[in-house]
This record gives sequence, structure tokens and C-alpha cells, in this order.
Amino acid sequence: MSSRQAGQLRGRDDVEAPVRGRCEVLSRRREGAYWTLTFAAKEIAERARPGQFVQIAVGAPHTLLRRPFSIARVSRQGASAGTVDVVFDVHGPGTDWLSKVEAHDTLEVVGPLGKPFPLPQRQVNCLLIGGGYGVAPLFLLAEHLTRQGLRVDMLVGASTLERLLGVVESKRLSASAVFTTDDGSYGEPGQVTDVLDDVLDRTGAGVVYACGPNPMLAAVSQRCTEREVPVQVAVEELMGCGIGVCFTCVMPVRGKDQHVRMKRACVDGPVFNGSRIAWDVSRYAVPSVLGEPGAVAGPGDGAGPLPDAGPPPDAEGDAAVWGEA
Amino acid sequence: MNPDVRRIDPTERLASSGGGPGRDGDDATAVDLRVDLGGLALANPIATASGCAASGRELDRFADLDQLGAVVVKSITREPREGLPTPRMAETPSGMLNAIGLQNPGVEAWLEHDLPWLLERGATVVASVAGRSVDDFAHVARRLAAAPAGSIAAVEVNLSCPNVEDRGLVFACSAPDSAAVVRAVASATDVPVFAKLTSDVTSIVEIADAVVGAGADGLTLINTLLGMAIDPETGRPGLWNTYGGLSGPAIRPVALRNVHQVHQALPHVPILGCGGIQQVTDVVQFLRAGATAVSVGTASFVDPFVAWDLGDGLRRWLAARGIPRVTDLIGKVEPWG
Repeated sequence: MSSRQAGQLRGRDDVEAPVRGRCEVLSRRREGAYWTLTFAAKEIAERARPGQFVQIAVGAPHTLLRRPFSIARVSRQGASAGTVDVVFDVHGPGTDWLSKVEAHDTLEVVGPLGKPFPLPQRQVNCLLIGGGYGVAPLFLLAEHLTRQGLRVDMLVGASTLERLLGVVESKRLSASAVFTTDDGSYGEPGQVTDVLDDVLDRTGAGVVYACGPNPMLAAVSQRCTEREVPVQVAVEELMGCGIGVCFTCVMPVRGKDQHVRMKRACVDGPVFNGSRIAWDVSRYAVPSVLGEPGAVAGPGDGAGPLPDAGPPPDAEGDAAVWGEA
Repeated sequence: MNPDVRRIDPTERLASSGGGPGRDGDDATAVDLRVDLGGLALANPIATASGCAASGRELDRFADLDQLGAVVVKSITREPREGLPTPRMAETPSGMLNAIGLQNPGVEAWLEHDLPWLLERGATVVASVAGRSVDDFAHVARRLAAAPAGSIAAVEVNLSCPNVEDRGLVFACSAPDSAAVVRAVASATDVPVFAKLTSDVTSIVEIADAVVGAGADGLTLINTLLGMAIDPETGRPGLWNTYGGLSGPAIRPVALRNVHQVHQALPHVPILGCGGIQQVTDVVQFLRAGATAVSVGTASFVDPFVAWDLGDGLRRWLAARGIPRVTDLIGKVEPWG
């Protein structure tokens, strides 16, 4: 029997495989404008790698689908061994329901899911850029990079101080941390992209990792590509299943052959090489469809295939730093 | 009923998952779950629904595909398709809308990469085919027929595709168009052919009759219902495509009615029932309405283990009631008074 079915856990023994578990909530607490949930999930904690996510079933009336959340922290040792943290903002009935669960409630969780951040295969300084609650998966990433003996710097932005997640933690996990707020209520006034060049120069970052709203990821990816700094981004897309079967959460990604294909954020991502996402392609353009005559044109877009012309997808040495063939 | 997903009843399924005798001592292993679906022999009556199991690899990360009755793969087209822009999905009360645009690698890549992998995993493979013209369907069916004998157990015809030769009208809404597609597919293949129909028609029995006359060995009932959502603030549709297919528990009663209606009219035609199935009792309802087997779609989005758990749960449900064979349930609707 290759499936482990003991107790309330289902899934394969393979440490690469996701499991489904019924998990006890240990705490629910405020972090600024956000909520953090800690739940007991030994196998998920053991298997989780930075950038991966979990799917949590919610009990709000009439909702059907699980909700995806980045894994912000895990504990594998000590008194709180086998726990997972997720951070979220209330923006719908599912997250509203989740913001009201209590300690000792049970959640049904599937994870860890998705491709993790690739870790550098050589000695480089790492700049981690987070926007809003998008900084959450960078906490776990920072721990892994630091353990690997790499220098980690952080650049974290949000609209206001209240929406700036993990200021103390960012400082603790990094050699230096820079903060921006749109309203200037903390750190530098403005957005992360306003200070990106300065921070790249000062830290000598050889790789960039980013997570946050897509416009921020697009801007960071574009600047890093121009500066030939390898960049990996974790995207947030509307998801149906989180396991690769529903084809809802697709991103236009340019392959090595320059063709743009729709890649699922849940199994091909959520981490993508930022220089390969076709940010220039409007999400309203029709990416289809080799010779589909009936294809409908999006607003302002001609029907037909995506433009294949574009800048070289990789900065110099990009593949090498991630250990890709 | 309360649609709380936590009441899909994981506890009951989990407790049963060992596969041994039922809790109350009934010998669940003695229950016979085998069915003959129009010449297609299935080890149990639970299959994945087309478009909800991708290539099969995705669900295999969770459990073994050879334990399922069948794997109905995502619809295969003549050419590779990247599908529609986002948003492709909108959650609605107890259901969801989708408009994916048949994203798939195309028949040649499927034959080269996906089919051998499924066979290596021991899956019973049902190939769903889609197209924009009768010729498209026929081409895909011919290519599938060239696969090694026995590798594809059955073909399901996804008739919910716009017909470019008939003003973009969906094949499944026209009896002659549906029949033409099924005739072309059936003449190209030796394996059982299932026609997947939509409920968005005046008379599903009329369409069912037409496709059976054209050579369908069975019917898959039903495909999604066409629906729409609009963001009240922005005024934008929930889907890029404006309209999309509604699935999930929201459509279950409609699907059940269609299965019953067609079974009453055409009692000898095997039916693969589909639409909002989540729990063992849903499976039982579809079997009673006249389905020989069921396929599970949207529920797999919610719970990757659901298709396996339903097989285990069905076995226990039957054992607890002393019903030796799952086929004993098929078509068993008791009249009032």
C-alpha cells in the first residue's frame, strides 16, 4: 500500500507529495491589518519548502472551494514542533470565516503544494522583496537561505504601516531591511520599486526573490531583467483546486523557445522565473490558440497568438545560478 | 442541506479507508462493485470527470489511479490549445463557473506522453474528445484508434463545443449535429463510445435518442450548465468569456433529473452519471436514478482524495445494508403509494 491512511492523514509517504490532514488550530492572532493562523500539521511542516502553499477548507455558507495560503513559517523542532503559519487579509466570505476560527477548532488542510523557490547554487547575496502580506513566504525562505550561509537583505513595502507585515521579523532575518509605505507612515515614502536600484547597488544582490501584487512583481522583474539580476517571483492568482486539475490559475509564461504558454500557478508555480513571465501580455489577450479561427479578441487586442517577440528570457548566467541545465 | 465543505464527511471516509471489514462487522470486502458500462468493464463505478483530472499525473500524486473505476481525461483536441484568458473561474453558491477553453496538449502529444504514462500506472483510460467540426472529432478519434489495442478503454465525446460549421451553435444542442459527431467517432473506433450531453436543451431525451441511433454505446449525463456571474461593483463578468459552465452541488438535482428522465425513456442505454457528486449518498442517488457508474468532477477540486473515498464509502454503504452487488441499486426508484 503506497498510500498512508492511518489516523486522519491521507497521502503518500513520499516526502515530495502533498497530504490531506485535519489540523488543530493552535492560535489565531492579529498582525497589523492581517490575521495569522498557526495550526498543527506535522507532515506538512516536515515537507514544506519556501514558496509552497496550503489549501484550507472553509465553512462559510455556500462556499465550495478551498482557499490557498502561502506557508509563512513552519516549526520542525522544539515545543511547537510540527506547526504551520499562514497569514491572510480578509477579502471575502472564506477569509472572513477563517478569521473567526478559534484555538482547538479543526481545519482540513491539503499541502504542501506548488513549486518552491529554487535556492541559489552558488555564493550570492539574496535580496527578498515583499509587498503587503506577500512578504509571508519570504520569512521561511530567509531562514533557508541564511542556513545555507547566504547573505539575506529584505525590502518590504505596503500602503501603510498597518499593512506592513513582519517589520521586526524582517529585521531579525536579514542583514539589512528597508521598508516603504505609500503614505510615508513608516520607512521610505513610496513603493519598493522607487528604492530598488539603490538597494540592489548597496547590497550587491546577485539574486532577487519577490512576492506581492502582480504589478509589483512585474515592475521588479522588469528592472531585474534589465540589470541582469536573476529574479524569482511567487505569484498570487485566483485558484480553483490548487492541485493542477482545474486550469484556473494560469499565467502567461514565455518558454525557452520564446512561445508563450499558459502555466498553472498551482503546479508549474507559484514560483516562476520573473524574467520569463510575459508581463507585457495583457491578461485580457487571447493566448490561444494555434489556428483557432473563432477566437474572440480581447479589448484592444487582436485575435490570434501572443506576440512571440520579446527580450531574451534569461539574464546572463540565470540558469546557472538556479542549477538548471 | 448545509453546503459546509467540512460536512463532505471526511471523518466517515477516513475511518473507512483501511479497506477492511466495516465497523459493524459487515464484510465490506465481499461487496461486488464491478459494473459493465456499455461493454466497458469497470472494477468500481467511480470515475473522474473529464476536465477535472487533467492528464492523471496531478491526482496520482495523492493516490493510485489504478484503484479508480476509470480515469476520464481532460478533453483532447486535434491541435494543442492554450485556452482562454483569465479569469477562468468564479465561485457561485454551492458551485462554480468555469470557462477554460479546452486547454490541452493536442492529440499527438497526448498519445506520445500522457497515454503511455497512464497505462504504466495501470489506469483504465477513457479518452474525452472535443472539436470544432465533425471532421475534428473524426480526426482525433482516428488517431486514438491507432493507439495499441486495449490501451484506450472507451471514448467520451464532449459535445458541448461550438460547431464552427453551424454558427457556433453547441453540438449538444442540436440532435442532427450531435448525431453526426457521434456517427463519425463511432465509425472510427472499436471501443465503446459515450456521448456527453448538456441539460441546456428543450428535450434531452430527443438528443439522447439521436446519439444512440448514431452509434453511441452509452451516455454521460450531464455536462455543466451555462451560467454567468457579474461583479456588482465593477460591472465586469466573473469570467473573461462572460458565460461559463456551472458545476458542483448546485447542479446535482438537475443532473439527477436528467439521468432519471433519460433512463425512463431509454432504459437499456448505459449512463455515466455526473453533476455535483460529493458524497456516497449522492452516488447512491445517481445509481438509483439509472446511472451504471458516476464520474466526479468539481468535488476533486475541493478534495483530491474524493474519488477514492467514494469507492470505499460506497462499499461500506452497501455492506451495511446487506446489498451484495452495486448493480442491485441501478434504476431502483421506489414509487410513492
